[in-house]
Amino acid sequence: MSANDRQAAGATGVCYCLDGSAVAVREGLSHMFDAPPLSGLSATARGTAEIVLAEVLNNIVEHAYGDDGGTIRLCLALGDEGLLCRIEDRGMPMPQGKLPPGTPPDPASAAEGGYGWHLIRVLARNLGYCRVAGVNCITFLLPLEG
Amino acid sequence: MALKSEIRGDVLVIRAEQARIDAAGAIRFKEAMRDVAATPVPRVILDLSQVSFLDSSGLGAVVAVMKHLAPARRLELAGLTPTVEKVFRLTRMDSVFTIHPSLDQGLGHVGE
Repeated sequence: MSANDRQAAGATGVCYCLDGSAVAVREGLSHMFDAPPLSGLSATARGTAEIVLAEVLNNIVEHAYGDDGGTIRLCLALGDEGLLCRIEDRGMPMPQGKLPPGTPPDPASAAEGGYGWHLIRVLARNLGYCRVAGVNCITFLLPLEG
Repeated sequence: MALKSEIRGDVLVIRAEQARIDAAGAIRFKEAMRDVAATPVPRVILDLSQVSFLDSSGLGAVVAVMKHLAPARRLELAGLTPTVEKVFRLTRMDSVFTIHPSLDQGLGHVGE
Protein backbone atom coordinates (compact mmCIF):
# COMPACT_ATOMS: atom_id res chain seq x y z
CA MET A 1 0.00 0.00 0.00
CA SER A 2 1.47 3.36 -0.95
CA ALA A 3 1.60 6.33 1.41
CA ASN A 4 -1.15 7.96 -0.62
CA ASP A 5 -3.32 4.88 -0.18
CA ARG A 6 -2.66 4.92 3.54
CA GLN A 7 -3.66 8.56 3.76
CA ALA A 8 -6.79 7.79 1.78
CA ALA A 9 -7.47 5.00 4.26
CA GLY A 10 -7.38 7.50 7.09
CA ALA A 11 -3.97 6.74 8.59
CA THR A 12 -1.79 9.62 9.75
CA GLY A 13 0.80 10.01 7.04
CA VAL A 14 3.23 12.68 5.96
CA CYS A 15 5.73 12.96 3.09
CA TYR A 16 8.82 15.11 2.69
CA CYS A 17 11.12 15.90 -0.22
CA LEU A 18 14.78 16.55 0.54
CA ASP A 19 17.79 17.54 -1.54
CA GLY A 20 20.36 14.77 -1.64
CA SER A 21 23.06 16.47 0.42
CA ALA A 22 24.37 15.88 3.94
CA VAL A 23 23.41 19.41 4.99
CA ALA A 24 19.88 19.01 3.62
CA VAL A 25 19.56 15.69 5.47
CA ARG A 26 20.60 17.33 8.74
CA GLU A 27 18.16 20.21 8.27
CA GLY A 28 15.41 17.91 7.04
CA LEU A 29 15.71 15.61 10.07
CA SER A 30 15.59 18.59 12.42
CA HIS A 31 12.42 19.84 10.72
CA MET A 32 10.78 16.38 10.64
CA PHE A 33 11.38 15.66 14.30
CA ASP A 34 9.60 18.88 15.24
CA ALA A 35 6.33 17.70 13.65
CA PRO A 36 4.05 14.67 13.92
CA PRO A 37 4.44 11.76 13.75
CA LEU A 38 8.12 11.94 14.81
CA SER A 39 7.59 14.64 17.45
CA GLY A 40 5.26 12.31 19.35
CA LEU A 41 7.78 9.50 19.83
CA SER A 42 9.23 8.60 23.23
CA ALA A 43 12.84 9.71 23.79
CA THR A 44 14.15 6.19 23.15
CA ALA A 45 12.08 5.61 20.01
CA ARG A 46 13.07 9.05 18.78
CA GLY A 47 16.77 8.23 19.17
CA THR A 48 16.31 4.97 17.28
CA ALA A 49 14.33 6.69 14.51
CA GLU A 50 16.92 9.44 14.15
CA ILE A 51 19.79 6.96 13.84
CA VAL A 52 18.02 4.82 11.22
CA LEU A 53 16.66 7.71 9.15
CA ALA A 54 20.03 9.51 9.20
CA GLU A 55 21.87 6.36 8.10
CA VAL A 56 19.45 5.52 5.27
CA LEU A 57 19.32 9.12 4.02
CA ASN A 58 23.08 9.67 4.20
CA ASN A 59 23.67 6.36 2.45
CA ILE A 60 21.55 7.66 -0.44
CA VAL A 61 23.47 10.95 -0.46
CA GLU A 62 26.87 9.24 -0.47
CA HIS A 63 26.28 6.15 -2.58
CA ALA A 64 23.09 6.39 -4.66
CA TYR A 65 23.61 10.01 -5.70
CA GLY A 66 27.32 10.51 -5.01
CA ASP A 67 28.46 13.83 -6.43
CA ASP A 68 25.45 14.19 -8.73
CA GLY A 69 22.82 15.07 -6.14
CA GLY A 70 19.11 14.53 -6.58
CA THR A 71 15.87 14.46 -4.66
CA ILE A 72 14.90 12.10 -1.85
CA ARG A 73 11.26 11.46 -1.02
CA LEU A 74 10.42 10.20 2.46
CA CYS A 75 6.98 9.15 3.71
CA LEU A 76 6.10 8.31 7.29
CA ALA A 77 2.90 6.83 8.65
CA LEU A 78 2.07 5.74 12.14
CA GLY A 79 0.69 2.21 12.23
CA ASP A 80 -0.30 -0.18 14.99
CA GLU A 81 3.07 -1.92 14.97
CA GLY A 82 5.29 1.12 14.63
CA LEU A 83 6.30 3.91 12.31
CA LEU A 84 6.12 2.85 8.66
CA CYS A 85 8.86 4.48 6.60
CA ARG A 86 9.25 4.60 2.83
CA ILE A 87 12.24 6.35 1.26
CA GLU A 88 12.69 6.81 -2.50
CA ASP A 89 15.51 8.15 -4.67
CA ARG A 90 16.45 8.15 -8.35
CA GLY A 91 20.14 7.41 -7.86
CA MET A 92 22.28 4.35 -8.56
CA PRO A 93 20.74 0.97 -7.71
CA MET A 94 21.96 -1.00 -4.71
CA PRO A 95 24.93 -3.26 -5.58
CA GLN A 96 23.63 -6.66 -6.78
CA GLY A 97 20.13 -5.22 -6.49
CA LYS A 98 19.87 -5.86 -2.77
CA LEU A 99 20.47 -4.17 0.55
CA PRO A 100 23.99 -4.52 2.02
CA PRO A 101 24.37 -7.32 4.61
CA GLY A 102 25.52 -4.83 7.24
CA THR A 103 28.17 -7.06 8.76
CA PRO A 104 29.72 -4.88 11.45
CA PRO A 105 33.48 -4.26 11.42
CA ASP A 106 35.50 -6.04 14.10
CA PRO A 107 35.92 -3.45 16.88
CA ALA A 108 39.61 -4.36 17.16
CA SER A 109 40.14 -3.21 13.56
CA ALA A 110 39.12 0.35 14.55
CA ALA A 111 37.46 0.87 11.18
CA GLU A 112 36.43 4.42 10.30
CA GLY A 113 33.36 3.30 8.34
CA GLY A 114 31.07 0.39 7.58
CA TYR A 115 28.78 0.82 10.59
CA GLY A 116 25.76 2.36 8.88
CA TRP A 117 23.92 -0.70 7.54
CA HIS A 118 24.67 -2.62 10.70
CA LEU A 119 22.89 0.08 12.73
CA ILE A 120 19.95 0.09 10.29
CA ARG A 121 19.59 -3.68 10.38
CA VAL A 122 19.79 -3.87 14.17
CA LEU A 123 17.27 -1.10 14.78
CA ALA A 124 14.74 -1.32 11.92
CA ARG A 125 12.31 -4.16 11.21
CA ASN A 126 10.71 -5.53 8.02
CA LEU A 127 13.40 -4.00 5.80
CA GLY A 128 12.56 -4.11 2.13
CA TYR A 129 14.11 -2.81 -1.10
CA CYS A 130 12.92 -2.61 -4.66
CA ARG A 131 13.90 -0.75 -7.79
CA VAL A 132 11.16 0.09 -10.23
CA ALA A 133 11.46 2.39 -13.25
CA GLY A 134 14.74 3.91 -12.05
CA VAL A 135 13.48 4.56 -8.52
CA ASN A 136 15.03 2.93 -5.45
CA CYS A 137 12.51 2.32 -2.69
CA ILE A 138 13.48 1.28 0.82
CA THR A 139 10.74 0.42 3.31
CA PHE A 140 11.00 -0.46 6.98
CA LEU A 141 9.22 -0.30 10.29
CA LEU A 142 10.58 1.58 13.30
CA PRO A 143 9.59 0.36 16.76
CA LEU A 144 7.66 2.71 19.02
CA GLU A 145 9.21 1.15 22.11
CA GLY A 146 12.84 0.45 22.92
CA MET B 1 32.87 23.31 14.63
CA ALA B 2 32.83 24.31 18.30
CA LEU B 3 35.47 22.58 20.39
CA LYS B 4 36.59 24.07 23.68
CA SER B 5 39.77 22.77 25.26
CA GLU B 6 41.63 23.19 28.53
CA ILE B 7 44.48 21.46 30.35
CA ARG B 8 43.46 19.86 33.67
CA GLY B 9 46.62 18.46 35.27
CA ASP B 10 48.03 15.97 32.77
CA VAL B 11 44.76 15.72 30.88
CA LEU B 12 43.66 17.67 27.84
CA VAL B 13 39.90 18.11 28.12
CA ILE B 14 38.06 18.84 24.87
CA ARG B 15 34.38 19.70 25.03
CA ALA B 16 32.29 19.33 21.89
CA GLU B 17 29.89 22.26 21.99
CA GLN B 18 27.60 21.19 19.19
CA ALA B 19 24.41 19.14 19.27
CA ARG B 20 25.35 16.84 16.39
CA ILE B 21 28.39 15.05 15.01
CA ASP B 22 26.93 13.77 11.74
CA ALA B 23 27.71 13.24 8.07
CA ALA B 24 27.43 16.98 7.42
CA GLY B 25 30.06 17.84 10.03
CA ALA B 26 32.24 14.75 10.53
CA ILE B 27 35.19 15.90 8.43
CA ARG B 28 35.31 19.33 10.07
CA PHE B 29 35.03 17.71 13.50
CA LYS B 30 37.96 15.42 12.70
CA GLU B 31 40.12 18.29 11.46
CA ALA B 32 39.25 20.52 14.42
CA MET B 33 40.01 17.70 16.86
CA ARG B 34 43.43 17.14 15.29
CA ASP B 35 44.26 20.82 15.66
CA VAL B 36 43.09 21.05 19.27
CA ALA B 37 44.70 17.75 20.27
CA ALA B 38 48.15 18.85 19.06
CA THR B 39 48.90 19.78 22.70
CA PRO B 40 51.41 17.19 23.98
CA VAL B 41 49.72 15.56 26.99
CA PRO B 42 49.36 11.81 27.60
CA ARG B 43 45.59 11.73 28.10
CA VAL B 44 42.86 13.36 26.07
CA ILE B 45 39.24 13.27 27.26
CA LEU B 46 36.53 14.22 24.78
CA ASP B 47 33.46 15.45 26.67
CA LEU B 48 30.39 14.57 24.58
CA SER B 49 27.76 15.60 27.14
CA GLN B 50 26.39 18.35 24.85
CA VAL B 51 26.17 16.08 21.81
CA SER B 52 22.69 14.60 21.49
CA PHE B 53 23.23 12.85 18.15
CA LEU B 54 26.09 11.05 16.45
CA ASP B 55 25.76 8.90 13.32
CA SER B 56 28.12 6.36 11.73
CA SER B 57 30.09 9.17 10.06
CA GLY B 58 30.53 10.85 13.43
CA LEU B 59 31.58 7.55 14.96
CA GLY B 60 34.13 7.09 12.17
CA ALA B 61 35.50 10.56 12.87
CA VAL B 62 35.96 9.80 16.58
CA VAL B 63 37.74 6.54 15.67
CA ALA B 64 39.98 8.42 13.22
CA VAL B 65 40.97 10.88 15.95
CA MET B 66 41.77 8.00 18.33
CA LYS B 67 44.05 6.45 15.69
CA HIS B 68 45.66 9.82 14.97
CA LEU B 69 46.58 10.27 18.65
CA ALA B 70 47.83 6.69 19.18
CA PRO B 71 50.14 5.27 20.31
CA ALA B 72 51.58 8.18 22.32
CA ARG B 73 48.23 9.53 23.51
CA ARG B 74 44.98 7.90 24.39
CA LEU B 75 41.54 9.28 23.56
CA GLU B 76 38.96 8.74 26.28
CA LEU B 77 35.29 9.70 26.10
CA ALA B 78 32.99 11.15 28.74
CA GLY B 79 29.32 12.06 29.16
CA LEU B 80 27.69 10.07 26.37
CA THR B 81 24.02 11.01 25.95
CA PRO B 82 21.55 8.13 25.33
CA THR B 83 21.48 8.11 21.52
CA VAL B 84 25.27 8.53 21.28
CA GLU B 85 25.74 5.73 23.80
CA LYS B 86 23.43 3.52 21.71
CA VAL B 87 25.60 3.98 18.59
CA PHE B 88 28.78 3.08 20.50
CA ARG B 89 27.10 0.06 22.13
CA LEU B 90 25.47 -1.39 18.99
CA THR B 91 28.73 -1.16 17.04
CA ARG B 92 30.64 -2.56 20.03
CA MET B 93 32.98 0.42 19.86
CA ASP B 94 32.25 0.92 23.56
CA SER B 95 34.75 -1.95 24.03
CA VAL B 96 37.51 0.01 22.28
CA PHE B 97 37.27 3.33 24.13
CA THR B 98 37.56 4.08 27.82
CA ILE B 99 34.18 5.73 28.45
CA HIS B 100 33.54 7.73 31.63
CA PRO B 101 29.98 8.43 32.79
CA SER B 102 30.94 12.08 33.26
CA LEU B 103 33.91 14.38 32.78
CA ASP B 104 34.40 14.69 36.56
CA GLN B 105 34.58 10.92 36.87
CA GLY B 106 37.04 10.81 33.99
CA LEU B 107 39.28 13.37 35.67
CA GLY B 108 39.13 11.47 38.95
CA HIS B 109 39.97 8.28 37.13
CA VAL B 110 43.72 7.73 37.06
CA GLY B 111 44.73 6.09 33.78
CA GLU B 112 45.12 2.35 34.11
